[in-house]
Amino acid sequence: MSLLSVFTKGMWKELPPFRLVLGLCPTLAVTKSAETGLGMGLAVIFVLACSNVLVSSLRNVIPRKVRIASYMVIIASFVVLVELASQAYFYSIYESLGIFIPLIVVNCIILGRAEAFASRNGVIASALDGLGIGLGFTLSLTVLGAIREILGEGTFFGAQVMWSSFRPFTFMVEAPGAFICLGILLAVMNSFSKTQQS
Amino acid sequence: MKEATQMIVVLVLICTLCGIALSGFREMTAERIENQILINVQGPGVKRVLEGSQNDLIADRKKIKIDGQEILLFMGKKEGKPWAIAYETLGKGFGGDIKVMVGYDIDNDKLTGIQIVSHKETPGVGSKVTEDPYTQRFSGIDIDLEAAPGKRLAKKIDAISGATYSSKGVYEAIGKSLELYIKIKKQDLTK
Repeated sequence: MSLLSVFTKGMWKELPPFRLVLGLCPTLAVTKSAETGLGMGLAVIFVLACSNVLVSSLRNVIPRKVRIASYMVIIASFVVLVELASQAYFYSIYESLGIFIPLIVVNCIILGRAEAFASRNGVIASALDGLGIGLGFTLSLTVLGAIREILGEGTFFGAQVMWSSFRPFTFMVEAPGAFICLGILLAVMNSFSKTQQS
Repeated sequence: MKEATQMIVVLVLICTLCGIALSGFREMTAERIENQILINVQGPGVKRVLEGSQNDLIADRKKIKIDGQEILLFMGKKEGKPWAIAYETLGKGFGGDIKVMVGYDIDNDKLTGIQIVSHKETPGVGSKVTEDPYTQRFSGIDIDLEAAPGKRLAKKIDAISGATYSSKGVYEAIGKSLELYIKIKKQDLTK
């Protein structure tokens, strides 16, 4: 696989929430608005890229039997780093993401990439893989957040976009709205790739 | 045996290095984080309830102890003289704790106003208690220091229909706040 395709596969072929249907917990929980979706995505990109690089550079040192434990320590450390940094410098995003920043530790995308890719490939390829998958995750979350925010609040990144008499469809920013919105997007993407194949 | 030692050494090394890096970073950001919390969580509420003060409200905060309970007290000053105080109490709402910042005019024993610092009420229903039309009902109400607990406000405040639990949570917080106020009044605030 060329380095370019390692990077771009995260954008469509292995787009985490829609194609792999991984990492659904944050996908559903933090996409109340485009901003929180983007913030979460950026935090995941950082953790994913850093942990991929470290796991891949340590792949010959870590004994196989304790590899998962070692990956968890590495991932958890980067997550705490992100948590402290967001608390110190981007407090409003930290507040809206809340518990979901520490929960990045158990995000299966990150451990999945460490195990499936970074532990078997070189540092550069692993970094690109982490960036690509992370970018795909960020895009998905931002799009989902934007749809829910526009319908549920009538705003996009906090700016009013709907006409003034628009009654916000508050249901969309509640938890059930996330499921429905994700389901519709999944259906659209599946039917799109079906027509592409045939 | 050799494999077991290697496992232990690698894990211990990774954990130690991560621990050192994290505690270092924590040290670096600790002060900023404390400030950010004050500015972002309590700051906006304090500024609203102590409007008209001329001092730096966040910098002039202090901790006082009442009945073994520590309270973060914000003090508003006009021409160098304290005229109002504000502090936070919490009540039980529908979705969780509602934290309410209550401001008091200490010269006239009046509420200067209330602000909801944080809450977990239902958006669009219970969250109405955080909005101005509701919170402003509490501005400028006289406090009767002699009345029985729960009846210290000189005026009855209507609850929001459909948000009874949330409104009750706010009353609960204000009730606790009033009891503290009576105790705080007995202390020397100029210290």
